[in-house]
Amino acid sequence: MALAVEGLVCIRGERQLFSDVNFRLAAGEALLLRGPNGSGKSSLLRLLAGFLPAASGRVLRDEEARLFYVGHQDAVKPQLSTEDNLVFWARLLGLDDAEAQRQSVAALEAAGLSRQRRLPGRYLSAGQKRRLALARLLVAPADLWLLDEPTNALDTAAVAWLGGVLATHRTSGGMVILASHVDVPLPDARRLDLPEGRLS
Amino acid sequence: MMKVFLAIVGRDLRLGFGAQGAMMTTLLFFVLAVSLFPLGVGPEPQILARIAAGVIWVAALLAAMLSLDRLFQTDQEDGTLDLLAQAPLPLGLVALAKTLAHWLTTGLPLTMIAPLLAVMMQMDLAVMPVLLLALLLGTPSLSLIGAIGAALTLGARRGAVLVPLITLPLVIPVLIFGVGAVEAASYGLTASPHLLLLGAFLAGTLTLSPFAIAGAIKLALE
Repeated sequence: MALAVEGLVCIRGERQLFSDVNFRLAAGEALLLRGPNGSGKSSLLRLLAGFLPAASGRVLRDEEARLFYVGHQDAVKPQLSTEDNLVFWARLLGLDDAEAQRQSVAALEAAGLSRQRRLPGRYLSAGQKRRLALARLLVAPADLWLLDEPTNALDTAAVAWLGGVLATHRTSGGMVILASHVDVPLPDARRLDLPEGRLS
Repeated sequence: MMKVFLAIVGRDLRLGFGAQGAMMTTLLFFVLAVSLFPLGVGPEPQILARIAAGVIWVAALLAAMLSLDRLFQTDQEDGTLDLLAQAPLPLGLVALAKTLAHWLTTGLPLTMIAPLLAVMMQMDLAVMPVLLLALLLGTPSLSLIGAIGAALTLGARRGAVLVPLITLPLVIPVLIFGVGAVEAASYGLTASPHLLLLGAFLAGTLTLSPFAIAGAIKLALE
């Protein structure tokens, strides 16, 4: 599995966010998106997730490859329990009930949310909601993770946990593209500066 | 694919039947709106019986509009729409699942309670089966066309007002044939042409609206 992006141009509201973005990502590699507010980091992620059409250029990837996008919203339903929020996502991915339940419990355990399992989403703190959103990554395998500001509202322990999760994902051949303003534990990741599209 | 479809329907039913769900407000509005007519028009049985079909249909139509603006909006606001778009299910079917849940929490309960209100409106008991059948065929069309309006107004600030403005003109055929069926039956004529037309309208909206809803949601995802 590999990803290639060629000459990507993104226009939002008649304003050009970035142009001529090129990069390649091989299995196990990570790319860190950097840039000031409004430079198009989120738009690039949404574009790669297929939510946003590119004004020009192309994204080449394996048809079979599965990608997970975690945006900066947590998508936690206040009425549903922590576990039910996650089970819904697992079932949305096509897992059967028993498997969805098992994977969700394991993911909550890993994210340190076991004690909050039965708690309705509305009682979770911002950091706990974020951990729940990130726990979605653990429910089923995917080749490419697209993460938009994943460390928002996370405490240092949770950031370290996320670092471990990212490392495990990469060791098993997964790819990560991550946008963040702060330091994320993502060793030897390449860096793409927006809006210039400079790769380093 | 069916599993994923049912997962969406199941979750929306749980949310819909819940305390903040759409069902109770829709039903209460429907009951209140219809009960105002005997108070406003007066209790003469002939007058009430004459306007019963129209009143029940118009009230059902407005009640179904009540919760429509929230159909996709809550999911968009909290980011769930992104999750739904990542499901291994075409967006049109995702939309159909959500619309089915909307109908099960609004259209179906409205239909179930309508005979009670019809009795209050002095409607002939013999006409009841036709009223039920007409509502069963008509209310799914209301949800489907309403869902197009709901998806189109995603991100608009006054969605609650815009949805009825977009949707109501499009559901006039449902109103005409729905009332027509009940009136025909109350005059002792056959209601089947009206019911067949309601069925045809439902078949059309069921096949076409998922494409329109999916298109509108794609725009909102940008």
